[in-house]
Amino acid sequence: MQTEIEKTRARQRARHHDFLHAILIVAAFAIPIIAALTFYALFNGSLDSIQAFGFGFLTGTAWVPNPPNGGPPILGALPAIYGSVVTTLISLLFAVPISLGIALFQSELAPRRFRLPSIFLVELLAAVPSVVYGLWGILFLVPFMSTYIDPGLIGSLGFIPIFAGETNGLGMFTAGIILAIMIIPYGAAVMREVIAAVPRSQREACIALGGNTVETVRMAVIPYASTGIIAAIVLAMGRAIGETMAVTMVIGNVARISPSLFLPSETIPSVIANEFTEVAGNNIYLASLFELGLILFAIAFLMNLIGRVLISRLTFHGGTSTHV
Amino acid sequence: MIRMSSKNTKRNVGIVALVVVILAAVAGGYYFTTMNNTQSMSETSMMTSQSSMMSSETSMVTSIMTSATMTETSMASMTSSVAAYQPTTPVSILGAGATFPQPLIQTWTVEYNKLYPAVSISYSGIGSGAGIQQITLKTVDFGASDAPLSDAQLARAPGLVLFPETLGGVAITYNLAAWGITNTTVLNFTPAVIADIYMGTITEWNDPALVALNPGVSLPSAFITVVHRSDGSGTTYAFTNFLSVTVPNWAAQVGYSTSVTWPVDTKPGAYGVGAKGNPGVAGTVLNTHGAIGYVDVIYAVSNHLGVGAVQNAAGNFVAPTLQTILYAAQNATGTPNYQDLRLHIVNAAGAQSYPIATYTYILVYRDMSANPSTTEAKAEALAQFLWWAIHDGQQYSTALIYVPLPANVVAADEQLLLTLNYQGTPLLTG
Repeated sequence: MQTEIEKTRARQRARHHDFLHAILIVAAFAIPIIAALTFYALFNGSLDSIQAFGFGFLTGTAWVPNPPNGGPPILGALPAIYGSVVTTLISLLFAVPISLGIALFQSELAPRRFRLPSIFLVELLAAVPSVVYGLWGILFLVPFMSTYIDPGLIGSLGFIPIFAGETNGLGMFTAGIILAIMIIPYGAAVMREVIAAVPRSQREACIALGGNTVETVRMAVIPYASTGIIAAIVLAMGRAIGETMAVTMVIGNVARISPSLFLPSETIPSVIANEFTEVAGNNIYLASLFELGLILFAIAFLMNLIGRVLISRLTFHGGTSTHV
Repeated sequence: MIRMSSKNTKRNVGIVALVVVILAAVAGGYYFTTMNNTQSMSETSMMTSQSSMMSSETSMVTSIMTSATMTETSMASMTSSVAAYQPTTPVSILGAGATFPQPLIQTWTVEYNKLYPAVSISYSGIGSGAGIQQITLKTVDFGASDAPLSDAQLARAPGLVLFPETLGGVAITYNLAAWGITNTTVLNFTPAVIADIYMGTITEWNDPALVALNPGVSLPSAFITVVHRSDGSGTTYAFTNFLSVTVPNWAAQVGYSTSVTWPVDTKPGAYGVGAKGNPGVAGTVLNTHGAIGYVDVIYAVSNHLGVGAVQNAAGNFVAPTLQTILYAAQNATGTPNYQDLRLHIVNAAGAQSYPIATYTYILVYRDMSANPSTTEAKAEALAQFLWWAIHDGQQYSTALIYVPLPANVVAADEQLLLTLNYQGTPLLTG
């Protein structure tokens, strides 16, 4: 009896193990397969556009889906790519230092009774739907920027082309600010986790050598956590470049490459969101929107890749930099 | 052994639980689909009450509505000849398309359901282009579009016919409150000036051309923020169609479509901005000093924006009201022919016609059996509903700031609806 039960149990355990094994393998392969299928669907959908425009699509600046003479559409993605990259860079410019500050405050400085409320509040920001940010943007931020911030920048730094010209608040600068607010909670949350993971011994060693709080953070905490911080930035960047609704509401939606940050522009997601409803029957137009999606996919992939490379390099040098 | 059996029972319990969950899901799904109709009805009635609230706010326009229009449409509704139609088997009809006529169509579906409780109709406002796509793919029983279909679009959906169910106007709106020009000041615009603004050749409010048109108004030296739609839209179609008809230069350089490439966007020194949907354009104009934009009339009125008068074909400057838009429909050249009801009423003749007006269209298959999802019972109910909509349904127009169809268009619509059939059997008898 005893042995029989044991045998059955062993069989069951083996079966369970096989079952778990199968589920885990399926789960592990699901993500690359979904990514590959997404790529395939986007590529397949954009074939018409790739055939019609070739690489010219990436450098074209005109966006004429319905030419007045009834000819084939003339479509170029450069304004949308430009807008996406510029708004993402503006958002990172503001979001990275602020997120890092929040993360350091929460993990290094905050008294215990402030820490949890502070974490809770920052994570609350992440839960706000993007259309709400957009609404707040168009009703409050746009008038605020056009009345106070933009004229001030034009007045003081107007000799630099990126701050030149007229403003009404709708444009790349406002879009970048709203994106920064949206990605700060993501950046801050991941950075806090990686900073909290820095071993206590690192900090103690620095303090034992006579370092104050600032020196400890600069010499012991940040170098050790740098790979994680880069990962957080890459994650935040991915969110910024793909954000659609809030950006569409404040960017002005104009296919134009202009040096001034205050002029309206467009991003890849905003073009797709604006135009997909009216493409029925215009195959090249539809394919172009697919190709924009493909380009966004490629940009996000490239940014992640660059992030990975940076992480691996910093990890390699991490050991030496702590000695400095 | 005891342990094993307990494990087995556990597994059995698991299986039973799974079956119960699946059964519950199926039952819930069935319950939801049957309840869905009543639920969507209560939603639409809520919307209707909202729109009527909006319309009380906009009595400014409705009050201009004269009794002449009312008699005309009620006369038309007298000819309605739907005798002894009262279906008993429940049918549910699905429609989708343009957002502009959505409040009106939803009011119709609610009112019609009160008259014929067995017929429930739901309509989703997903945009004109998407509406055309859905009816072409035959996923809905009827579609709706603000822009008439092109020959190419009709060729892709053999058997599809379209007819106007209501009409509206496009208002030129502006925000100059910062310079003391309130929303009650009516500025004058000619087609050429509007075209120049949207081409980026006129960039300042005190441009000599604008000053000459508006004596007595001190226009500021401020740049014009030119707001247009960023998404495709029937409103853009009507607006650009008007400019193409009146300004040769516009026709050559920009043309007309549901979405066009705006020269003002890329012209150095000019300031073009795109916004999503009528609410987006109205909101941007409302929030931006020195902005100009074009929206469906109701959005200009409900947002208390300044509304401009536009020079019509007769040379008069006319502001958009239900009456002036109706004049445009009545004075449009030619009698509508039911063979092709794609009607253009921009720049219509008549001293008081508002020049930027457009019909909006319902799309159905002439032989409704062409659409596999439309059964014979549904086809009959849909034909009866459409007949009702162009007659009795028109009485709900003015309260919601729509213009009732003129009698000659109703007559042409009637002729078209009488050709609707199911596998050759006419669905309506005149």
